Amino acid sequence: MTEFTEEGVRAAARAWLEANWSPDYGLVEWRNRLIDSGWGVPHWPRAWYGQDMPSGLLPVVDEEFGRIGAVTVATAGIRRLAAATILEHGTDLQKEKFLRRSLTGEDTWCQLFSEPGSGSDVAGAVTRADFKGNRWVINGQKVWTSSAHHADWGLLLARTDWDAPKHKGLSYFILDMRQPGVEVRQIRQMNGHASFNQVFITDADVPPEHLVSEVGKGWAVTTTTLMHERRSADGLRNDSAGYDRPGRCYAEERDEIATVQEPYKWYPQRRGRVDLVLQRARETGKLGDPMVRQEIARLMILARTAEWTARRARVAAAAGRPPGPEGSLGKLVASHVARAAARVHTQLSGADAMLAGEDGPMGGVIAEILVSVPAISIAGGTDEIQRNIIAERVLGMPKEPNTDATRPFRDVPRNAVR
Amino acid sequence: MKFGFSGEQEEFRGVMRRFLAERSPTTEVRRLMETPDGWEREGWRALNTQLGLTAVHIPETHGGQGFGYSELGIVLEEAGRALLCAPLLATALAASAIMNAGTAEQQAALLPGIAAGDTVATLAVAEDGGGWEAADVRLTATGTGGGWRLDGAKGYVLDGTTADLIVVLARGPRGLSFFTVAGDAAGLSRRALRTIDTTRRLARLTFAGVAAAPLGAAGGAGVPFARTMLQAAAMLASEMVGGAERLREDALAYAKMRYQFGRPIASFQSLKHKAADMLVDVELAKAAAYYAAAALDEGDEELGMVCHLAKAAASEAYLQTAIHAVQIHGGIGFTWDNDTQLWFKRAKGSEVLFGDAHAHREAMMRHMAA
Ligand SMILES: Cc1cc2nc3c(=O)[nH]c(=O)nc-3n(C[C@H](O)[C@H](O)[C@H](O)COP(=O)(O)OP(=O)(O)OC[C@H]3O[C@@H](n4cnc5c(N)ncnc54)[C@H](O)[C@@H]3O)c2cc1C
Repeated sequence: MTEFTEEGVRAAARAWLEANWSPDYGLVEWRNRLIDSGWGVPHWPRAWYGQDMPSGLLPVVDEEFGRIGAVTVATAGIRRLAAATILEHGTDLQKEKFLRRSLTGEDTWCQLFSEPGSGSDVAGAVTRADFKGNRWVINGQKVWTSSAHHADWGLLLARTDWDAPKHKGLSYFILDMRQPGVEVRQIRQMNGHASFNQVFITDADVPPEHLVSEVGKGWAVTTTTLMHERRSADGLRNDSAGYDRPGRCYAEERDEIATVQEPYKWYPQRRGRVDLVLQRARETGKLGDPMVRQEIARLMILARTAEWTARRARVAAAAGRPPGPEGSLGKLVASHVARAAARVHTQLSGADAMLAGEDGPMGGVIAEILVSVPAISIAGGTDEIQRNIIAERVLGMPKEPNTDATRPFRDVPRNAVR
Repeated sequence: MKFGFSGEQEEFRGVMRRFLAERSPTTEVRRLMETPDGWEREGWRALNTQLGLTAVHIPETHGGQGFGYSELGIVLEEAGRALLCAPLLATALAASAIMNAGTAEQQAALLPGIAAGDTVATLAVAEDGGGWEAADVRLTATGTGGGWRLDGAKGYVLDGTTADLIVVLARGPRGLSFFTVAGDAAGLSRRALRTIDTTRRLARLTFAGVAAAPLGAAGGAGVPFARTMLQAAAMLASEMVGGAERLREDALAYAKMRYQFGRPIASFQSLKHKAADMLVDVELAKAAAYYAAAALDEGDEELGMVCHLAKAAASEAYLQTAIHAVQIHGGIGFTWDNDTQLWFKRAKGSEVLFGDAHAHREAMMRHMAA
């Protein structure tokens, strides 16, 4: 059994990888081996493919995977949030059915939370779930749903009680996306990509065993998913393998990235690409400009301290503190970093910052940064909502008086559907 | 007038706003931005001749309206507000360069076509790497007995593939000169550049022994060029504040209409503060753009400083307003179909066109500390 110190984990991970890793495995075959060995998700419980390892030690494991060049379990996209949520709230049956196939990458997920009338106020969902006969029948519309166009399963938030106050009338379901009642339409974004969708749900079917937690307890489950989403914005996890080497496993992973992750190839750009700043400063001959140097240094201070803060939160979590709202710092700070980086990239590129595609700097990457960073301040909870969370839950500042959370949901004022 | 517009000017603005709202709704902007040239000759000609847009600051003796930069600023502000897809800024600034540098005969020959809307013109200053200062010019002008030939390249040329007349800044044996070159001149090749903001087109022009005529005395463009760039800074700033104000107003209207948590999002204090900050940013930038335009008309002694000030202020205010506007819209603000992105991209491009805020602040300091 692995000793949970940095040295112990490093030695054990290295030994196991050296004995087992080969790029000649099929991708799913290799990931199944990882899952069975406990090295796919070592921070998960032993009962479910893990080793109960403190998550603060995960970076050490990641480093060992990186060192030897081994492919990891599938982490990209919503499947990571789905897995974490099901692990925490799911029934054994659900864990059995969904966890492994999410980790192998065979199943793809999407998060059906936001609606035209409820984004920040995600608990204001009006998609309805009615129990009829022996099934749940779902009707409504979701929006901004990343991955919906290729997802197998959706994490669905729906209203089951219209007379209860809004947070108490919600339930959480796993929706089969491949059924006639689910229609997905892609939405084009300002950066030209189409990674999110409108989802129209008409008399879609959910079997009772795909209810997560209990009827009316959907909000607590949603909070878990969102917490994981916001914490993952801390930028520690690097989920692109990008291996350029021969071997079946690499090739299949490249295929996976090319197809399933194609719509998300702009995601690194929305974080501002701090990693490109020094290179750009050299390329543009501006590295010696004192004003530019100041701005780059200022950006680096922000980016590095953000990273260290995230690491401190991880270490604290590893020391046994439950996942708390401190994750919201990472999300807000990531947005500051992205904006500051966009500013610096603009300064470095000068007039070239007007150019896109093959005419633009770095074959269009800089342009893509400039038109993608606004997303990071909106997706997964806006900056304003993050500030509210920090103020109210971390700092204990009183909530604004609200009128919507206490009365029956059907009486809460809202927009007519757009 | 630096601090207010006359009744006539306000009326003029009202006419512009009404026409442009009608002729350049965002459906039309979206249609034009997908066309190869980014604008259409017929439509632009009709609008231009009806309103006399490119005639505004050209003297009546040359077929223009004989107004000044304050009025041109109003036109551009309204064009920026409506995101008009047309070679307006390009043509107006080329006309300015001709007025600054050209002889009386040259002005008489070139300006009437521009004023009448027959000639689409542009100004080619920056080269690869994108500096907008005299020292950055490498394109060479060589005497060839009777005339001149140009060799080199220009980048970021507004409407460079479609202009009939190009005013080119070149370096000759006696210094800088503006030259005029026909759009279809032999030896000139023009390539459209892909831009973030597709409502405004840029091109790269390559000159291989292009025959050209100097505007004014060869080598004498130092002063006219400096003046042209001040006009460019002030006029672009006018266009930018028009766009910024439109974004600000649209975002405010959206905030008042959008409900979350059982109430309009405009009722959240953080959005109120954002909206108030946006007003401050835009109003200050407007004050600067108006002041600079008036300073151009009045030949103000601080002219150099204030034009740079206006562009620096507009660069930051427009971009910041655009960032806030997307944010206030939430998810929908990040979509292609929401119009906010159109102005966001215009703000992004305008931020660095003719130099970014850093460059203009530095230039401002040179004037102030001179
Ligand atoms: C790239 C991207 C991917 C996304 N992927 C998904 C996905 O996969 N699944 C999913 O369910 N959703 C997804 N979303 C949706 C995202 O979660 C919402 O867009 C976001 O929560 C904001 O909601 P909204 O768009 O309705 O904006 P609104 O909630 O209408 O917000 C509009 C403005 O009001 C402000 N505001 C709202 N409430 C308050 C308040 N109480 N105090 C102060 N200000 C407030 C907001 O900060 C914002 O500025 C995605 C969004 C983006 C941009």
